[in-house]
Amino acid sequence: MAYSFPEEVLEHVFSFLKTDKDRNAVSLVCRSWYEIERWCRRRVFIGNCYSVSPEIVIRRFPEVRALEMKGKPHFADFNLVPEGWGGYVYPWIVAMSVAYPFLEEIKLKRMVVTDDTLELISKSFKNFKVLVLSSCEGFTTDGLASIAANCRNLRDLDLRESEVEDLSGHWLSHFPDNCTSLVSLNMSCLGSEVSFSALERLVARSPNLKTLRLNRAVPLEKLSNLLLRAPQLVELGTGAYSAEVRSDTFSNLTEAFSACKHLKGLSGFWDVVPAYLPAMSSVCSGLTWLNLSYATIQSSDLIKLVTQCRNLQRLWVLDYIEDSGLEAVAASCKDLQELRVFPSDPFGAEPNVSLTEQGLVSVSEGCPKLHSVLYFCRQMSNAALVTIARNRPKMIRFRLCIIEPRVPDYLTLEPLDTGFGAIVENCKELRRLSMSGLLTDRVFEYIGTHAKKLEMLSIAFAGDSDLGLHHVLSGCESLRKLEIRDCPFGDKALLANAAKLETMRSLWMSSCSVSFGACKLLGQKMPRLNVEVIDERGPPNTRPESCPVERLYVYRTVGGRRDDMPGFVWNMDQDFSTFRDSQEQENGN
Amino acid sequence: MEGTHHHVQSDDLNFKATELRLGLPGTEITTSSSPKIIININNNNNKRSSPDNNESEEEDDNRVSSAAKSITAPAPKAQIVGWPPVRSYRKNNTAVVVGEEKKTEYVKVSMDGAPFLRKIDLKLYNNNKNGYTELLNGLEKMFNFKIGSEYATAYEDKDGDLMLLGDVPWDMFMATCKRLRIMKGSDARGLGASAV
Repeated sequence: MAYSFPEEVLEHVFSFLKTDKDRNAVSLVCRSWYEIERWCRRRVFIGNCYSVSPEIVIRRFPEVRALEMKGKPHFADFNLVPEGWGGYVYPWIVAMSVAYPFLEEIKLKRMVVTDDTLELISKSFKNFKVLVLSSCEGFTTDGLASIAANCRNLRDLDLRESEVEDLSGHWLSHFPDNCTSLVSLNMSCLGSEVSFSALERLVARSPNLKTLRLNRAVPLEKLSNLLLRAPQLVELGTGAYSAEVRSDTFSNLTEAFSACKHLKGLSGFWDVVPAYLPAMSSVCSGLTWLNLSYATIQSSDLIKLVTQCRNLQRLWVLDYIEDSGLEAVAASCKDLQELRVFPSDPFGAEPNVSLTEQGLVSVSEGCPKLHSVLYFCRQMSNAALVTIARNRPKMIRFRLCIIEPRVPDYLTLEPLDTGFGAIVENCKELRRLSMSGLLTDRVFEYIGTHAKKLEMLSIAFAGDSDLGLHHVLSGCESLRKLEIRDCPFGDKALLANAAKLETMRSLWMSSCSVSFGACKLLGQKMPRLNVEVIDERGPPNTRPESCPVERLYVYRTVGGRRDDMPGFVWNMDQDFSTFRDSQEQENGN
Repeated sequence: MEGTHHHVQSDDLNFKATELRLGLPGTEITTSSSPKIIININNNNNKRSSPDNNESEEEDDNRVSSAAKSITAPAPKAQIVGWPPVRSYRKNNTAVVVGEEKKTEYVKVSMDGAPFLRKIDLKLYNNNKNGYTELLNGLEKMFNFKIGSEYATAYEDKDGDLMLLGDVPWDMFMATCKRLRIMKGSDARGLGASAV
């Protein structure tokens, strides 16, 4: 080692490595590089909170400043994971409050966060700056009050899409008068009204505020007051976009918007009164992101708005936009990269709007940079999918939800295998795919053959047999997350590809045909996987071995079996023959 | 690390059990009950009921025709958990489009003493300046009577209260009227002529 650089030099070199991939590679070079790297790693990303324990993380990386972590499986978003499943962050915070006194950032997704957790965060980390809680739950506005009151240097407070028990809006008033550090505030998921004067004062004393996402309760009449105090805003989420139609409100709003020369993103737009839309005209040409997914306005109003936004890169909108609106988008928004079209009436039996596959085809034709799609519709054809695939070979994310399960190509009545096959064959960089409609094992053969860069696949009501699952597990080399519901996939494919599961983050299967026996086998033979059966019918060994389990969640882990499983989750590595004994043993601990 | 496949020893796992065949899952096992393959919510799906699962043209045709059949005879819909995959906060937030209009607005009309009721479409009078006047004309024609001291028109609102016709602006009336009632005799006289 006579020729090696001094530690400080190596550390400095490593400081330019930002991605985990690069840092992990560097730590494998030799022991001394491993040691140097681990002492200077500042950011840790844990995609599955149960894949590792806090102790292991802290032992390896003693000087972490930023933690990002995810908890529940994605299908929890759609109520497929029962309440109480897990994903508690509290043990992590307890451990880190001791080990990482200089922690600055915590970003969590789909985790359970309590008021105690928030209080502990606010008191343990003197330099705490960034709290992002995405789709989290378990806390109330009291917890937010602790954060507001105690985090002296808070920069980001972002509660995106979390479920917060809203006791009152009073939490906002807990920000001390000398708190001037805010850069980003997202309270859009909250229900109750905050004190407007407190909000106004907070905004006025935050010169660095770039992102402000209000909640629905902030009235439109007052929006201009806020905007005039924060003309430097880059992202704005309005409150309810409705008010009595009055010319003074309108002119105030117009003036306020025109003072915002830096606005790039707009969202909010609950309860839109179309008469007020022209007030924001001045900012349209600068917008790169527009989220109209709560705006219940008709196609004509949407078209008027969107066609002014010529620099739009991301558009989220309800299906009220219809095919005609998407045609207008295709003609006007040539920089569009991401399109999400949400259903306005997902449970209605009949279509309530004229939105079909044609809208998506138009956008795929007109927008050369389109690479990310989420599209809800009621009909699809292989021809359309083939056209889309050929138009946009650089597609990265393609999520199509045809609202009725197992619906075939509406023109030919054939399965949509060919269409999705064209997607994976043409779009060689595809990383994420969600499918719907009538699909046979054939589509999975196409996926296994072509989707070599695919990292996440979501399947529902598809396939004929285990062959389908086998194609995916054996063919998709880059697969990290696989989530399946209501498919006839069972034991054979799972067991034959058991080793594959160690190369993935996780596998979710619900309402499939995986038997208890196969789950046990998998759990007992694969010690580096946690094979968890979720079954609300009671212990799986009270039913025959061949009985399919309700839900199965398999993930790789170095943390061993988890110690916080609720009564309806079983780890398959336990010995079910002495089930009662082991249960008592656990209770005794 | 990613992409390497470790082959599991065949004596560790019951190889026969995991060996992939084209047969139906469960056909070799001697247990009497084979696992239910699909949890059927809708009746229109392609059931795997054929005993030999040959990958033949015939099979495909059957599949297509059974799918076609199922399109023409849709089963009653049960709501499936978590489908379509829309997050709950989105479900709560999207209301009916403001201004999304039905094409007709029929309400029942009863006349005291008449053996059966009629129905009238209030939308017919919607774009007129004199909505109420036109409505009354329509009612007079329908029941062959004349508004006067003998008859009065009233309506039942959202709260179930009987209201005299004509007090509120037409739009508000349209939004709150649930049914119309033409009253006759002493009740009518008490109300006097309608407010219109």
